[in-house]
Amino acid sequence: MSHEPVIGLEVHVQLRTRSKMFCGCQTEFGAAPNTQTCPVCLGFPGSLPVLNEAALLGALKVAHAVNCSISQQMKFHRKNYFYPDLPKNYQISQYDEPMSEHGHLSIKVNGAEKTVRIKRVHLEEDAGKLIHEEGENSSLVDFNRSGMPLLEIVSEPDINSPGEAHEYLTALKLLLRYLDISDCDMEKGSLRCDANISVRKKGETSLGIKAEIKNMNSFKGVQAALEYEFKRQVKCIEGGERIIQETRLWDPDKAVTISMRSKEEAHDYRYFPEPDLVPFTLPKDMQEATKRSLPEFPEIRKRRFIDNLGLPEYDAEVLIQDKDLADYFEDCLKFYDKPKTVSNWIMGDISAFLNAKALRIKDIKLKVNPQALAGLFREIDSGRISGKMAKDIILEMLETGKDASKIIEEKGLAQISDGASLDKVADEVIAENKKTAEDFLKGKENALMFLVGQVMKKTKGRANPAVINEILRRKLSK
Amino acid sequence: MNNLYLLTAHQLLDQLRTKSVSSEEIVESVYERAGSVDKKVKAYVVLERERAIKQAKESSLNKSDGKLKGIPVAVKDNICVEGELTTCASKILKGFRPPYNATVIDRLLNAGAVLMGKTNMDEFAFGSSCESSSYYPTLNPWDLERIPGGSSGGSAAAVAADEAIMALGSDTGGSIRQPAALCGVVGMKPTYGRVSRYGLIAFASSLDQIGPITKDVRDAALLLSVIAGFDNKDSTSVSPKKDETDYLKFLENDVKGIKIGIPKEYFVSGMDKEVERAVREAVTLFRDLGAEVVDVSLPHTEYAVAVYYIIATAEASSNLARFDGVQYGYRCGNPENILDMYERTRGEGFGPEAKRRIMLGTHVLSSGYYDAYYLKAQKVRRLIKDDFDRVFESGVDCILTPTSPTAAFKVGEKSADPLSMYLSDIFTISVNLAGVPAISVPCGFTKSNLPIGMQLIGNFFEEGKLFKAAYTYEQNTDWRKRKPKL
Amino acid sequence: MSIKEDKVRYIARLARIKLSEKEVKLFSHQLDDILAYVEKLNKLNIQKETPPMSHPHLPSNPWRVDEVKPSVSSETALKNAPQRRGDFFQVPKIIED
Repeated sequence: MSHEPVIGLEVHVQLRTRSKMFCGCQTEFGAAPNTQTCPVCLGFPGSLPVLNEAALLGALKVAHAVNCSISQQMKFHRKNYFYPDLPKNYQISQYDEPMSEHGHLSIKVNGAEKTVRIKRVHLEEDAGKLIHEEGENSSLVDFNRSGMPLLEIVSEPDINSPGEAHEYLTALKLLLRYLDISDCDMEKGSLRCDANISVRKKGETSLGIKAEIKNMNSFKGVQAALEYEFKRQVKCIEGGERIIQETRLWDPDKAVTISMRSKEEAHDYRYFPEPDLVPFTLPKDMQEATKRSLPEFPEIRKRRFIDNLGLPEYDAEVLIQDKDLADYFEDCLKFYDKPKTVSNWIMGDISAFLNAKALRIKDIKLKVNPQALAGLFREIDSGRISGKMAKDIILEMLETGKDASKIIEEKGLAQISDGASLDKVADEVIAENKKTAEDFLKGKENALMFLVGQVMKKTKGRANPAVINEILRRKLSK
Repeated sequence: MNNLYLLTAHQLLDQLRTKSVSSEEIVESVYERAGSVDKKVKAYVVLERERAIKQAKESSLNKSDGKLKGIPVAVKDNICVEGELTTCASKILKGFRPPYNATVIDRLLNAGAVLMGKTNMDEFAFGSSCESSSYYPTLNPWDLERIPGGSSGGSAAAVAADEAIMALGSDTGGSIRQPAALCGVVGMKPTYGRVSRYGLIAFASSLDQIGPITKDVRDAALLLSVIAGFDNKDSTSVSPKKDETDYLKFLENDVKGIKIGIPKEYFVSGMDKEVERAVREAVTLFRDLGAEVVDVSLPHTEYAVAVYYIIATAEASSNLARFDGVQYGYRCGNPENILDMYERTRGEGFGPEAKRRIMLGTHVLSSGYYDAYYLKAQKVRRLIKDDFDRVFESGVDCILTPTSPTAAFKVGEKSADPLSMYLSDIFTISVNLAGVPAISVPCGFTKSNLPIGMQLIGNFFEEGKLFKAAYTYEQNTDWRKRKPKL
Repeated sequence: MSIKEDKVRYIARLARIKLSEKEVKLFSHQLDDILAYVEKLNKLNIQKETPPMSHPHLPSNPWRVDEVKPSVSSETALKNAPQRRGDFFQVPKIIED
């Protein structure tokens, strides 16, 4: 195609604070309708907003993380429009003096690094929820969500493909999860994304007319919607039509974007400074303290896992996807100094267990704390148990929280490595499987595997595979 | 009927202290008085005798020592009282009972006060005459064919007619001071941020303040000392460095050495001669009592009304957007769709002045006009405030002006011409724009026995100085002793 | 800057207020008068650097600690509702394309 898409993304993130942006109501998800409200977030006459410090601190963290410059003074503005989910018929948001501006986020595009500039990160309050019922001629409003703290992160139109958009969202989500300021769950609505897309001929630098796309409910949905819209706009242009600046809704079932043109009135938001709030200064010491409290960012950590710990890129990539998992990994290294081994077990058996039980690492890390895991590895290293045995033991550790050594003792699982006892079993097995033994002598290596397996059966898996392997070979070679 | 209703709060507190009278007796007396005169004055929109008596009884039994223990206070209808009808005298808030008390109400109740009832006002505080109430117009007790002023006309008339011992009003452009002047009582607008706005149904958020309307200066100091104070529910509430709210301390009969400034811009040709004379006589009295009187200038005064009507209507248009029939108040019948519901609810629920101001405010904020109107007005507002700063920095303690250019005008005289109504706020408006405190005290009467008020304007958080000057003047005159014939 | 009737209708739509034709005419006159009056601000020579004034004074960073305070019950929230269904506020159906 001779055209390329030009995409900008607007991401709204619900900050995970205990109370709402401007009042003390709880922020728990899923409460019964209109039970998490008060005169302030209901917008009752006479009510007034008071800013939640934690929302500001969360916003500062994000602003630092995406390299924004922090404003000396920030103001809130009123964005005036009428809608039933907006209790005051204005939203308290930020306009020309936002909290932070001019940052950037790095993403991976075809193996290379690309910088997406971030126009601004600002604070605003969320609206309530409208419920439209099938077959009813009324709509219902629940204001539990009204007043929840939102962070709006606006990118410049630096994204040039739906795939890049997906990458951007993924990278942003990971970063935000690292900062621990939001669940970033699109299904629960704690992360929302709108996109602006226009097209231009490759090589051009001017911007075409853009359409705003809404109602995308997953990262894949964003990608699909942008793919569709790009094709639609190119088709229009090639057909001689002009692109209309409008809002379009993504329909995930029909996989198309639909114009909201009939609803489209030029929105005159009549922004003006919020008179119920005064301008806020962001003291240098608060900014410094926030900066210092930032965790190591995912990309940096990944590099360190690869360069300093010698992990393969794949392992590093998997581990850093979940900050808690990566923390756990590093804690284990304090007690056992073989990164690849630890990584294997975490990515393998432990992750499998977590997935099967729908748990997170924080749910089990007390049961199988880093020291305990290290203990298990040392048992393997000492030969007391086999690697295979360890797989069963770790399951028991995860279920019960018992130490490896305790489980080994209780269940008598210690590996038998002592030649004398194994000798006897080996003789038995050879005697019982004469044909297989002959097969081995004829050259079939697999036959030995079978015999080893028989020994394992007899010893209930406790025979040291390396030792029994050696004993059998020796005996058969005689 | 005993004549307890004629007394001031401080007189009644003395009697309560010596137990020569009970709170219930006071409340009964005031209710009887209201029963007898309010059908003429129409100051009240809600009067709940039963509840007030009950509160009075509880207050008496309560062992704690409240500054206003047992005193009934009337409340303007734009201040939220939990479970009580609070409608801003508007059809669009018909039936609204807020689920919470305004902070000032909590403070009153903690001080042992009894809530007397709700007083009438211009709808949403838009007005200077109380004629735009959706209930009925309140009338001036001194002449029932004239307006009491507004928007706190009900509170001022009630106090003037002795059907309230003291009252709360709100002031955005003069709405406490102007009706106080026109009704011959004391009214004060505190420094912006001195009194919490939490629970005050907002008109213009950066201008509104709640304040006392009372029979004399001592009562005003008393009531302000109860309602003033930092409130963490109001982000514009201020805790000043010298946080002095015990205003009674300032009530001394002494103005020796006080410097009073007379701004030339407030004594323009064409102003009512009787008003001018009364105010100039007050100036003479201050001089005789030992104050130093100097001429000062507030050069941007002539722009104040224009600035106000841009900023206040802009903020109001946004503050009143929430009245839409969704959560409370009036909703139009059989809306076809949501747009119809909004448009007809607001078209039917708001009175003409409210609609006018919302329209004006919407216009000045709309795309293409913001810089020309709103931003410009905010800059001139700065210049107006700087004028006051300069005068106070030069050593002036109080600025003295007339409160209103005329005495009370006749009902209907200005209602057809909004602009002429707006211009009647000319002496009070700058004060709200700057955010400084000001008090109106009676300073005379016209030949037709209509009250005239003078205004004293002070520097930020210097209510104490204002009370001292006002008290001194009051103690050396007898205006408060004259009562309307009802 | 006079305000035509079309403009009045536009503002009324922005403000969600239904005006009768009589009101449109009346407000057109009255708003004209008021706007003509406020034009006097243009006579004033304002220096570009004059900082606009949003508040008389600025309390220093009035924010609050992130702690939960009790909400009101849904009954209380809905008590004044002109129309409700169960624990929801009810409005005419919103149609979204």
